[in-house]
Amino acid sequence: MTRFLWPLAIFLALVGFLAVGLNLNPREVPSPLIDKPAPQFSLPVLHRPDMTLSRDELKGQVWLLNVWASWCVSCRQEHPLLVALAKSGVVPIYGLNYKDQRAAGLQWLSEHGDPYTASIMDADGRIGIEYGVYGVPETFVIDKQGIIRHKHIGPITPQALQEKLLPMVRELNAS
Amino acid sequence: MLRKLLPALLALFIHLPAPAAEALPASEDPVLEARVDELGHLLRCLVCQNQTIADSHAELAIDLKNEIREMMRAGQSNQEIIDFMVARYGDFVLYKPQVKSTTWLLWFGPGVLLVLGLGTLFYKLRRRVTQAPAAELTPEQKRQAYSLLEQADGGDGK
Repeated sequence: MTRFLWPLAIFLALVGFLAVGLNLNPREVPSPLIDKPAPQFSLPVLHRPDMTLSRDELKGQVWLLNVWASWCVSCRQEHPLLVALAKSGVVPIYGLNYKDQRAAGLQWLSEHGDPYTASIMDADGRIGIEYGVYGVPETFVIDKQGIIRHKHIGPITPQALQEKLLPMVRELNAS
Repeated sequence: MLRKLLPALLALFIHLPAPAAEALPASEDPVLEARVDELGHLLRCLVCQNQTIADSHAELAIDLKNEIREMMRAGQSNQEIIDFMVARYGDFVLYKPQVKSTTWLLWFGPGVLLVLGLGTLFYKLRRRVTQAPAAELTPEQKRQAYSLLEQADGGDGK
């Protein structure tokens, strides 16, 4: 009897592995930057290109860094959520306008709403490389000490916002 | 009908290498370009995950190649550049995964499975060989068999 059960057991184990594998999202590559200091930047502000904003100016608060671009289609998907989140005032959102034209970026924000406390321009994508950006949109949760605590790859879903990002922000604000 | 179709069907499965449009190197220095290309073959393009950045024309791959080029011009070694990429994009950026405790299964799993399979095969075959003599009849059974055969012969009326 066990003679026939063994192949069945092995087959079921294989099915189990494949089922798990099918449900993994290969796009979500864990970032090695979690729990590491956010890479330094000092970039011109989208609305005021004569001014720059640097990482260190944002220390002392929990903030989100949202990587976006006017050419990014899935950014539109998450954008209403960001606008609502900004209105709620729970956490400041800073935008990294990734590999974009200034005019196109400004136009896009005036069309879709501007949830960002400030957007900075990463025209050549160098800061994107520092942050390991490979699929826009991406969102980083950064704590008061400037440490990256979480990275969300792809458009933020209402579920991800409620179950992961917001609890994380609350927890970091409390500590 | 089938004989006529067969060559056509076979042709469907033969892939001739299509001449690929190569991106022009962005610098004039062939030695540097060769180094960039060599290193680019070791790093994965995270946008089009099954390609190396040397093979990919994705924008990120081009940016990363430029980054590598600049780092090389600044005199950094291949290992330093690889470490730079791993620090930002993680181990997944390595097209050939490192051998470490978390990747042992990946590296040695197939070998272990092969050894297990061959072991099982040999074990089964040997058991079959050692079991074969046990199938021989005892003298008593032989006598019975012969008498049965003789009866059968007689029954045919020969």
